[in-house]
Formats: sequence, structure tokens, C-alpha cells
Amino acid sequence: MNIADGNKLLRCHSRWFFLAITFFLWTAASHLGAQGDISKRIVSIVPAVTEMLFEIGAGEQVVGISSFASYPNDVKSLPRVGALLDPNIERILSLKPDLVVLHNSQTDAIEQMRRGGIEVFLYRHGGISDATEMARRLGRRTGRTIKAMMVAKQIEVKLQSIRTRVSKYPKPKVLLVLGREPDTIRNVYASGGIGFLNDMVTAAGGINVFAHIQNEAVRPTAEGVLAASPDVIIEIRAEGLLSPTTTSNQPNVWDALSAIPAVQKDRVYFLTGSDLVVPGPRVAKATERLARTLHPAAFK
Amino acid sequence: MPTGLNHPKAAFSYRSYSTLIALGLAAVSICAIGPIIGPTPINWRAVFDRTIPFAENVDAQIFFIARLPRSIAGALVGAALASAGVVLQALFRNPLATPFTLGVSSGASLGALLVVIIGAPLAISGLPAVPLASFAGAVGAISIVYVLARSRRQGLSTSILLLSGVTLNSLFSAIIMFVQYLADYTESFQAVRYLMGNLDVSSYTPIVWALPLLIVAGIGFSWLPRALNLLTLGSTGAAARGVNVLQTQRIAFLSASLATGAAVSLGGPIGFVGIIVPHIVRLLLGSDHRLVLPASAFAGAAFLVTCDVAARTLMSPLELPVGVITAILGGPFFLWLLVRSK
Repeated sequence: MNIADGNKLLRCHSRWFFLAITFFLWTAASHLGAQGDISKRIVSIVPAVTEMLFEIGAGEQVVGISSFASYPNDVKSLPRVGALLDPNIERILSLKPDLVVLHNSQTDAIEQMRRGGIEVFLYRHGGISDATEMARRLGRRTGRTIKAMMVAKQIEVKLQSIRTRVSKYPKPKVLLVLGREPDTIRNVYASGGIGFLNDMVTAAGGINVFAHIQNEAVRPTAEGVLAASPDVIIEIRAEGLLSPTTTSNQPNVWDALSAIPAVQKDRVYFLTGSDLVVPGPRVAKATERLARTLHPAAFK
Repeated sequence: MPTGLNHPKAAFSYRSYSTLIALGLAAVSICAIGPIIGPTPINWRAVFDRTIPFAENVDAQIFFIARLPRSIAGALVGAALASAGVVLQALFRNPLATPFTLGVSSGASLGALLVVIIGAPLAISGLPAVPLASFAGAVGAISIVYVLARSRRQGLSTSILLLSGVTLNSLFSAIIMFVQYLADYTESFQAVRYLMGNLDVSSYTPIVWALPLLIVAGIGFSWLPRALNLLTLGSTGAAARGVNVLQTQRIAFLSASLATGAAVSLGGPIGFVGIIVPHIVRLLLGSDHRLVLPASAFAGAAFLVTCDVAARTLMSPLELPVGVITAILGGPFFLWLLVRSK
């Protein structure tokens, strides 16, 4: 390499160095500036957060949503930017967001947003209390503090009233089924002892039969289900996942395990709706649906 | 050179018979002990008490619905996969040939997955959709491989068979991934779980459905051992000794696919059985297929029933995927045998 080349390289380098410094300062400044600021262009890849943003009146600030968001109706016209496994970074950036809501496990996407100087709101899958906590945090971020506190309070009050209503009734053992092979009881997959579904069962006045298993989802064997002997089986799915043809003959599937009290007492239920599987603002209403299923007498 | 290869029609020795009988007894007793072991303590008197109605008898249901069918399924799947492995390895004269390397089981998995994910539309009036679809997938894959291998010359070309099997495998895996990618979270979770293998059939229906296929495959297998012994000399050598090579290949191929299709329909794609069991049996008993084939069926049944006991007891009430256990138990043991035999 001759000297001229070396100089050129150096000049080239220093130019890049300047650029990098400028960029760094610019990101740092925008980052600092954003602290405590109100986010005006939010991309949310988490349906639960999207729902909550609309609920606290920050729906107008949402500019992009997850591929799976379906509630409220206003989201249907918004651009979709992927989901947990396939966030489309390019689309997210093209929407020029000042806040991006990501799952806390999306480390690559988080890193890319931070590199671009875009603030990240991390969502961690948790229990019911995480939903109200999330509402309050979102309120501070979007300048809807008071509305958000009201929404959170409403959820807590509603949950408390459900708890009180069902408290006089004996608690049935509940198997909450999230999925299984069509037309059989093979590959059953049920709620374990952590997460909002387990919390919802508890608040609705039931005891999750797999509450002692420290997992969100468990895959019990037929023997495990028989040994757990649930008093009630509730199958929940998001909309459209239980097709009409299967719903009609579905209770029969559990008849194979007729020694289970739930089957003997004819207490196998099928509930569908995205409210049951998204821990957002509808979590209290969904809990009430469970409570009405478990304790119909309490809601007469 | 192991005996039996050069003298395929040599009398089956007294020792071989007694080995087979001993192995058979061992396999039967292991398969019988299997359902007795389980994570839930059950009241044995209640299990067989006819005075309690079955519909209310938890102990009986745990034994007869949760445990017995899956042990039977385990024994059948283990025997089927191990025998199919033996036959395919002899047919291709390749130690790596298994139902898995030939694309049969990924075809079967794809069929099953499509039903799990697309679901109800394919369920025809009460027929078990998943086993049917996985069987259709297996037969579809095997037909493609067979047609490809036939298209070139007289007889089956083993290299084309293997290559097209491997290619089909990757093609099907790609489609499986694509289908999973399009699916909902819950469904992809189910699908991933299905691909790990699972013997929790929890009824006798899938077994009854698989049985005719397994019986036909078994008849095919029982016809094969002598011809397979001669085929290990190469197709020209075998033909010179009076073996109808094409017919043997057809029977071997079809019965191995029937067995695999039935096995996948029962337990999903359970790996390693088709490769480990035949090799262990050969290391212990030599290479006479009259001995190796039935012995592998026995050993496969005992092996899979044992793995399934581990699968359902180690993490009870949850279940470890049985495919994970076959690989974890079988892999190191196989390596150890390989090292030891040298």
C-alpha cells in the first residue's frame, strides 16, 4: 500500500469517524430528549399492549400493530409489522415510531431499535397484576396518566367484585385446556401454575389442577388428567380456532375419560374469543366469563 | 464373515432358536411390566374389580385407557420401526438407511401436521384424521421415491433411492416449517410437540386402525429374511442364486413403508429406533436376517416400551417427549457398542 492510499484511507476513516460521532450525539440527544417525553408514534407488536393503548385513549398515537391484533375494531386499518417470531424491522422503522413495544425476549429487535435511537417499551408475559401495572406505565408514556389509572382501577375493582361474588361457593378443580389434537384428547395442552390464565381461574373461584407446576403451559398425559380429576374442564381458544364442525361433537371427546368428575357431572365447556387469550384491558371481563361458567349460581 | 451369509439356506441352529425364544420372552415380559409402572399409585384391586362400573372406576381407567394402550402402541411402533430399519438397511446395503433417511416419516409427519393445523375440514365423519393423514403422507413419499428409482433401469437403483429420499426429506421439512410458520402460536406449539413423538394414544382406536397395516407388513417381513441374506451379496449375486430381485425389493420396500406409516400414525416420528435397534442386534447376534429381523422386532418393542415408561414417569404429571428419550438413551449406548466392538 503506498502513502497516498494510506492518506486516503485515513481521510476516509476520519470522515466516517465524524459521521459516527454526529450520529452518536444525535441519538444520545434524541434519547435524552425522549426521556419523560410523551410518545406520539407508537408501534406495538404485542396485542395485549395495543388493546390497552386504545383502552386508555392513546389509540390515535398507535401507528403500527402486530399481525395478530384484532381488537378493538379501530386496529383493523393500521399497518401490521409482524409478531413475536417475525418482527419486520424495516416496516417498523418506516413508520418512524418514537416508541416501539416489543416482547422482552425479542433481543435482536430490541438491540436494533436501541441502535436506531428508538425507545423501547418491553412487555413481559405475566399475571393479571402485570396487566394493570402495564396500563399505568403506558399511561405515563402516552400522557394519559389519569385515564390509565382509571382503567387499571376499574379492572382491579371488577376483579375484586368477581372474587367476592364467588367467594361463598366451594372452589372446583379446573382443567383449563388451551389446545389439543382435533377430535381426540391427544396432545392436550393446559394452563400451568403461572401466568394470567392461572390467575384468571383463581380469581374466578376455581383451583387450577396444575397450579403446582411452575410453567405457563403444561402437556399432561391422559394419566395425568385422570389423576388430577378436575371437577370442571374449560377449553378456551381464540376466535375461529374451534370450528363449528368440531364444537358440535367436542364434549364427546372427553367422554373417553369418563371417570373424571367433570365428565360425569357434564361440566365440560368450550369458550372462544380473543379476550380469553390476550391479557389486556378485557382481562376482568374474561375472568367474569370464566366465573359465570364455574359458578352460574353466583350470577343469578 | 459371519455365518449364514454364505450359507443362507443352512439350517437354523438350535442356538439361534433358543436365542430368539429367550429374546421373545424378555420382550414380552418387559412389555407386560411397562403398564404396571406409572407416576400415579393405583389400587390394583379396584382395577380388576368388575363390581365398580368402568365409567366411574378411576384406577381401571388409568390402567386400561391411559397406560395399556400406550404400552401396546409403544411395543407395536418399536417393533415396526426396528424391523423396517433392518429391511431397509439390507435392501440398500447401507447401514444408514432408515425410515427417516428415506423421507417416509417426514412425509407422514407432513400429512399429520396438515391435519393438526388445518384441522377439521379433513376429518371425514368420525374417521381418525391424523393417523389417516400421516399414513397418506408416508405412502405418498414412498410412491415418489419408488417411481423415481424405477424410472431409470431394471430393478431399483439404491443410490437414486437414497438420494431422492434425502431430497424428499429436506423438501418435506421445508414444507413443514412453512406450514408451521403460517400457523397460529398454539398450533405451531402443538405441531412442534407432535414432531417430538408421543405415544399417549389414550384409546384403542388408533391401534385398531394401525393393526391391519402392521399385519400386512409383518407378513411381508416374514417372507423376506432368506432373500435379504442373499441380497447382501449384491443384486447380481442374489439373482445368480435364484432370488427374484425385483420382487424382493418391492416386497421389502412396501412392507417397510406400511410399517413406518402405521408407526408414525400411532406415535408420530420417533427417531433412532430404526437405526439403533437393528445395529445393536447385529452387533450381538451377527447378520443372519432370519435371526436379526425377529430379534430386532422384539428388541424394538422392549426398547420403546422402556423409553415410554421413562417418558411418562420422569417428569410426571407432565410427559417428556419419547423421541427425546430414545435419542438420549439410545445414542450413547450405540456409540459405546461401536467403540467396544472395535
